[in-house]
Amino acid sequence: MAHQNQGLQMLTANRLRDGDVLYRKGDGWVLMLADGDIYPDQGSADAALAAANGELARNEFVAPYLFEVRQVDGKITPVKEREIIRAAGPTVHPHTGKQAGQYHA
Amino acid sequence: MLNALVKPVAPNMYRYDEFDAQFVGERVNQFAGQVARRLSGELTEDQFKPLRLMNGLYLQLHAYMLRIAVPYGTLSSKQMRRLAHIARTYDKGFGHFTTRTNLQFNWIKLVDVPKILRELADVEMHCIQTSGNCVRNVTADQFAGATGEEIEDPRPLAEIIRQWSSLHPEFVFLARKFKIAVGATEKDRAALQWHDMAVQIVKNATGRVGYKVMAGGGMGRTPYIAHVMSEFVEREDILAYLEAVLRVYNQDSRRDNIHKQRIKILINTIGPEEMRRRVQREFEELKRMGSLQLPQEELDRITAYFAPPKFETGLSDAIPDAGADFANWVKTNVHQHKAPGYAIATITLKTPGQVPGDATAAQMDTIADLMDQFSLGEVRVTHEQNLVLPHVRKKDLPAIYAKLKELDFASPNAGLITDIIACPGLDYCDLANARSIPIAQTLAKRFENLARQHQIGELKIKISGCINACGHHHAGHIGILGVDKKGVEFYQLILGGSGAEDASVGTIMGPGFGEHEIADAVERVVDVYLAERKDGERFLDTYRRIGMEKFKAAAYQEAVAA
Repeated sequence: MAHQNQGLQMLTANRLRDGDVLYRKGDGWVLMLADGDIYPDQGSADAALAAANGELARNEFVAPYLFEVRQVDGKITPVKEREIIRAAGPTVHPHTGKQAGQYHA
Repeated sequence: MLNALVKPVAPNMYRYDEFDAQFVGERVNQFAGQVARRLSGELTEDQFKPLRLMNGLYLQLHAYMLRIAVPYGTLSSKQMRRLAHIARTYDKGFGHFTTRTNLQFNWIKLVDVPKILRELADVEMHCIQTSGNCVRNVTADQFAGATGEEIEDPRPLAEIIRQWSSLHPEFVFLARKFKIAVGATEKDRAALQWHDMAVQIVKNATGRVGYKVMAGGGMGRTPYIAHVMSEFVEREDILAYLEAVLRVYNQDSRRDNIHKQRIKILINTIGPEEMRRRVQREFEELKRMGSLQLPQEELDRITAYFAPPKFETGLSDAIPDAGADFANWVKTNVHQHKAPGYAIATITLKTPGQVPGDATAAQMDTIADLMDQFSLGEVRVTHEQNLVLPHVRKKDLPAIYAKLKELDFASPNAGLITDIIACPGLDYCDLANARSIPIAQTLAKRFENLARQHQIGELKIKISGCINACGHHHAGHIGILGVDKKGVEFYQLILGGSGAEDASVGTIMGPGFGEHEIADAVERVVDVYLAERKDGERFLDTYRRIGMEKFKAAAYQEAVAA
C-alpha cells in the first residue's frame, strides 16, 4: 500500500531538457528546495499537484510528485533520505549537484 | 589528453563492418528524431520513456543517466579516450564502470544525447539494449584470450551472440530483461551461474569443443543459481539452442506480475526437467528447419578479429624487483598469462575511500596511454568494476605500477576485502532505497591496512542499494543490502554467497543495521572468521563449515545491547 504523505509537503519534478531537479513555486518552478513553496495541508498540496499535472503538456518538466518536509531549527528539510539527496546532490561527490556552489565556495 | 609520445594501437577485437556502421548510424538518427519529437511535445513522456530506455537513457535522481555498452568488457584505447572526452564535455568529468561491464554517465542532458550517440558511433560504440526488456550487454571472462586456462577465447562466441541478439525481431519485447555471459575456463570469473543464460565452452569425452548451456540464474528479489540445460551443444547448433531457450522463455513466461517475469521464475516453477524438455522440443524444430546453423566459415570470420596478438618471444619470464609495494601489488593484481614473458594486470578502481568503479576523464586518458604503451591498445572491464590490461610484458610491470600510483589506481587489493562491488545506490539511482557507495568507502577505509587484508585473504563484499541487486549482494561472501525503513537507511547482512564456480546464494542474517552500525557488524563477522578458520580456509569455506550462528551472535552483539 502506498505511503500517504503527512504534514508539510513540497512539490518536485525533473526538467525535461536536462533532468535537473525542480521545486514548485507559485505557478512556476525553481531549482533550489529552499526557494520552493511549502504546502501546510493536503488540500493545498493536492491543488498544486493537480495544477502541475495540468501543465505536463507544455513539455517543460516530467514526473511531478509531492514529498514530505519538516522544519528543523527553522530550516526546511525533506523527511526522507532520498529527497535530501535529490535536493543537495550525491553525498559521495560534493562537487556535483545543487550542493556544488557551496562546495566550490 | 593523448600523450604525444604514445602512438594509438588498434587491438585485435571486433571491428564494425559496413552493415554495423550503417545500422548504428541509422539508430542514432532515429533516436535523435525521437528526442526532437519529445522536446517539441509530439511525443508524451509515456510514449518516449520506452524509446529512451531502449537506448540506454534513464532519468535518475539528479539528471539523465546514459548507459554505454561495452561488449564483453572489451575496450580499445581509442574508445577509452572517447569516453574520457564525453565525460569532460557532456558530463561532470567522470564515469562509472558497472557490474554489467558497461559505463554510465550520471549527469547527461537530454538535449545532448544525440550528439553523444554520434560521438560514440564514431568509435564503434552505442547504448542499444543497455536497458529495457531485451537481451542486454553480453559479458565474458575478463581474462579472455590471455589466460592459458581457457579452452578457447570466449569473445568470438560472445560477439556472435551479441550480433544474433541485437534487435532480434522475436526478442525485443521479452517479459523482462535477459542477461547472457560466456566463459571458457573451469574457474568462473564471469558469474556464469547467476545469469539468465550462460555458455561455458567445454570439451566432451572425445576432446571435441562445444558448449555447456545454463539458464535460470538471477539475483533480484528471488535469487537462483542457474540450471544446466545441456551439458554439450555442438558448435554449429549453439545459436539454435540459445534461440530455443529464449523462445520457450518468451512464450511461457508470465507477463502479469513484474516479480515473476524472469526466466529463473519460469524454470523454477515448471522445474528444470520440464524446461529442458520444452527447450529440446524447440531446438529440434529449429534444427529441422536448419535456418540457425552456425557455419564454420562465419565462426572463423568472427574469430579472426580476435586473433592472438603477435607476442614477443625470448622475453624473460621473471618479474623485475621494484620494491615491497610493487611486490604486494603483483601478489594480488598480476595473473599468469599464456605467453611466456607476459602477464595480466588488474587495475582495481577501489583504492580505499574511492567510489568503486569510478574513473575521471584524466584517469581514463592515462589508462588509454597505458593500454597503448603496454597492453597492445586494449583493456577489459570486469563485472567486479575493475579494469584489466590483458597483455603486458612482465618487464613493463614496474612502469605500469608507477603510473597507476600517480593515478591513485595502484591499490594492491584485487580479490581482497577492500575490492568491494557497490551499485550507485541512493546517491544516484531512482530505484534505490539506501546508499551503497558510502558503505563501501567506510568498509574499505576500515580494512585499509594491507597486512590485515592479507591476513583475511580472499573475501568478497558486494553491496546493493535495493533488492534489484545491481551490486550482486546475493553473491557476496559478505553481501549487504540497503533497505528503507520510514525514509531511513538500514543495511541487512547476507553471508555465504558466491559468484564464482562454487556459486551459492547468500543467506540473510536478520534485521538490518543502521548506517553507522554496519561497518562494526562486518568487522565482528570477520573477527569470527579469523578466530574460527582452519588452515587454508577462505571466509566462504569457514562459513560453509560452521554456518550462520556464531557470525550472527557476534554481529548483533552491540546492536542488540544498544
